[in-house]
Amino acid sequence: MDDVIKISLADANTQWVLLGTILLGISSGVLGSIALLRKQSLIGDAVAHASLPGICVTFLLLGEKSLFPLLIGAAISGLLATFCIQAISSYSIIKEDTAIGLVLSVFFGLGIVLLTKVSQSSVGNKSGLNDFIFGQAAALVGSDVKLMAGAAALLTVITWLLFKELKVLTFDPEFAKGLGLPTKLLNFVFLTLLVSAIVVGIQAVGVILMAAMLITPAISARYWTDSLARMIVLSGVFGAISGVFGTIFSTFGTGLATGPFIVVTATFIFFISLLFAPERGLLTKWVKRLRLNKRLQHELVLRKEGKSYQ
Amino acid sequence: MSYEAWILIVGSLAGICCGITGCFLILRRLAMLADAISHTVLLGMVLAFLISQSLNGFYMLIGAAAIGVLTAVFVQLLHSSGIQEDASIGVVFTFLFAVGVILLSLYADHVHLDVDHALMGEITFVPWDLVKWGFLPELPKAFLMLTTVLIINLLIIILFYKELKITSFDPQMAAAIGVPVLLIHYILMGMVSMTTVASFDSVGAILVVAMLIAPGASAYLLTDKLNIMLIMSALLGVAAAIIGYYLASWLDVSISGSMATVNGVIFAIFFFFAPHKGVLSKRWSQRKLKLT
Repeated sequence: MDDVIKISLADANTQWVLLGTILLGISSGVLGSIALLRKQSLIGDAVAHASLPGICVTFLLLGEKSLFPLLIGAAISGLLATFCIQAISSYSIIKEDTAIGLVLSVFFGLGIVLLTKVSQSSVGNKSGLNDFIFGQAAALVGSDVKLMAGAAALLTVITWLLFKELKVLTFDPEFAKGLGLPTKLLNFVFLTLLVSAIVVGIQAVGVILMAAMLITPAISARYWTDSLARMIVLSGVFGAISGVFGTIFSTFGTGLATGPFIVVTATFIFFISLLFAPERGLLTKWVKRLRLNKRLQHELVLRKEGKSYQ
Repeated sequence: MSYEAWILIVGSLAGICCGITGCFLILRRLAMLADAISHTVLLGMVLAFLISQSLNGFYMLIGAAAIGVLTAVFVQLLHSSGIQEDASIGVVFTFLFAVGVILLSLYADHVHLDVDHALMGEITFVPWDLVKWGFLPELPKAFLMLTTVLIINLLIIILFYKELKITSFDPQMAAAIGVPVLLIHYILMGMVSMTTVASFDSVGAILVVAMLIAPGASAYLLTDKLNIMLIMSALLGVAAAIIGYYLASWLDVSISGSMATVNGVIFAIFFFFAPHKGVLSKRWSQRKLKLT
């Protein structure tokens, strides 16, 4: 087993793939934790599904599979989806969760329609488009990873620069408005960052499971700390770990998609946090309560005995 | 019966089944939980296949209903342990779906259950997949499953109409007068899972969300009465299925994808032009008010 890992790690392509999944784990973990606190996690799910039609339209227009324009197309249809969700939930009686589900499934349906159109078209290399559904990190090549690395680094730096503003906006939007911050612009900037993080990740994780990369590392990090800065860093680390282990596991079999393995690893980290995190973990809480009960019983016994002597 | 007629009948049945179930999901703000269940049903079907080693529709229904209810239970558990609801939905469904995909690609790649089929459905094969049940002549499997589920759904809605209505609109009041709110919730989740599996062959696990939510949402824009909303939602589901089929055969694209798209277009039309709640009609009546 060790030899297999060593050999596969020595391979140049695997190194690229690992670097790519680490970077995307960091960027989606960082933005996911802010999205989680703003209760916008499921919007991320909708954006990921909704990027499919954008990818297909760009492919039909260009006729070739080059990553950068495809990602731009995905980002445009993702932003359009967030716009539709906000318009539906603010201009009609339809609630936000219904709007999210509606936009998600209709955009995905349109994506499937376009995908069948793509597979009938006479353009050349179209085999890679199916990989966007479940993610195929093994298909990443050096130039793709450089693009992903650049995008992920840029996203992380922008989040770091806007950290203070985003923090106020997340915890107290009214106060942010009172301070004179351009809240509408900041909202838009944040959504753009979120959409970009998702779009960068879909190549490796796939449109259906991308939501997990935003939600699971962030909610695991929430168990360990109360400070936003620490939570963001931890969530990035958890994302990177899931990326690495998911990729390694998926290389053990042939033709296995990377996305599901990354998600299972992330959920494993979540279970550990759920049980063992200091203060909030279920098991730690249970042990604490047990100890408290014992101490109380002990004290009660002492008090009773004390009384009987009086 | 002709090939085309069977596809239209199966599509319409799926439209009715999903349409009436979807109304309750929208009113109870459970749309995203239904989305989660439609993903996790895949795991239920894979497990049913691995345990029974057959593609019998009955085992699949049971497996899917069990995993569907289990999804709802897990989300509830995480939510009550202090995680916000959207995050608990996200964690649970992505995990169960990922496990389903991994099991499918490891153990079941040689059978007719494949991932693309699970996602998009293959309604074009429905008329050839015949089975014989009791005294009935040979009928398509999807037709029999959808009819069974539709009858079960209708029975549940007719028998528990009052309970479903009161728990949807005022759960506190329902709990106060002794209606088992949680039981009704899980019954509804069971209905959603069975509807998803029965529609699985025709529309696929993900696009079934469009058929569940869109007709109900459009109907919600048209009326304020629950019984009218249920009927309208069923009719809109049928309309979307039929228009979607003809559109798909005209453009030569995926039938299930085109049904979902038509559902979205119908919603968009009502979003703007619905008589009282549409955006444009609201604006128009405001302008008329100003002029007088």
